[in-house]
Amino acid sequence: MDRLLNVTTALSIVLLIMVLVSVRRAHIRVEYSVSWLAASAVMLILSRARPVLEYITSHTGIPDTPLTLFLIAGSVFLVMFFRFSIIISHLRDDNIALAQRVAILEFHVRSAAKHEG
Amino acid sequence: MIVPAYNEEGAIANVVRSVQEHVPGVPVLVIDDCSGDGTINFARAAGAEVLALPHHLGLGGCVQAGYKLAHELGFEYVIRVDGDGQHDACDIPRILQKLKSSGCEMVIGSRFVAQNGKGSSALRSIGIRFFRAVLRPILGKPVHDPTSGFVGVNRRALDVFSRSFPLEYPEIEALVVLQRRRFRFEEVPVKMHPRRTGRSSITAAKSLYYIVHVLLGVFVNVLKYDRLLHRGPRQPGQGA
Repeated sequence: MDRLLNVTTALSIVLLIMVLVSVRRAHIRVEYSVSWLAASAVMLILSRARPVLEYITSHTGIPDTPLTLFLIAGSVFLVMFFRFSIIISHLRDDNIALAQRVAILEFHVRSAAKHEG
Repeated sequence: MIVPAYNEEGAIANVVRSVQEHVPGVPVLVIDDCSGDGTINFARAAGAEVLALPHHLGLGGCVQAGYKLAHELGFEYVIRVDGDGQHDACDIPRILQKLKSSGCEMVIGSRFVAQNGKGSSALRSIGIRFFRAVLRPILGKPVHDPTSGFVGVNRRALDVFSRSFPLEYPEIEALVVLQRRRFRFEEVPVKMHPRRTGRSSITAAKSLYYIVHVLLGVFVNVLKYDRLLHRGPRQPGQGA
């Protein structure tokens, strides 16, 4: 159990550093890094707070403490993926609308040039 | 007339000329979905105006771009013909006439109204029968050819579609979008030719995805516009 918690701690720290470095290099926008930072912070705190994990395990009826950790981690990342799906859908809609607008404006420019010529 | 096209250099010129021959004087707009071939050049050489999309949007985004432009330019009626040459341009006047005489918002060119269609694969026929059964209770009337891309719309439908149009596999969802706004549709029999060049966007492997996607889209639209149904019947000319 301790080894598992140590591995989780290490992975959380790696994730935290990766996100911070990516933000610094502008590979991830700050607003989209918040979810990752929150997720890695949650995993870091849980992996260092064994009594909290055991409390959750005993009160939820989950048979095993490591399973609790993985369920929480899985839930956190599922929520993040859902959030990113919403963001991607909005971006795709915006992208389509922009592409259509560009095409229509080009059409008008071309038509105007033809009429002038 | 709008003609969505993607890599249709082998068919697009004949489609444009055929349309111009059957409805002379009517502007023909080819919407090129960022083809990698010479579709744009062939369309322009045949006498069509071209709306060139800067990147590939898929059929729904492509058709909606045409609807948006037609709406901006103030057209009262728009008829869509596919760029692969499957639709027979001699049926266009009948669709236009039906749009004008019936006052309905959409007219569908149907292969199956008079049982004169051919060229549908067995898989597609099964899909069409399945969606007929699904759509019957939603639309409140039978639709013989819900996957037909040979459709005409009037200004009211154009107003709706220029703002909201299904982006992938749009034909069936578009019917539900119209129905939820209490718009009407009619069908007229048309001929369908086998595809001359290129490939259909719906392959056998994509069929299952198509069915799931369209079913989901249909039910989302049913839920999305449910409130509109409780606002009473719409008046002609009323904004969407």
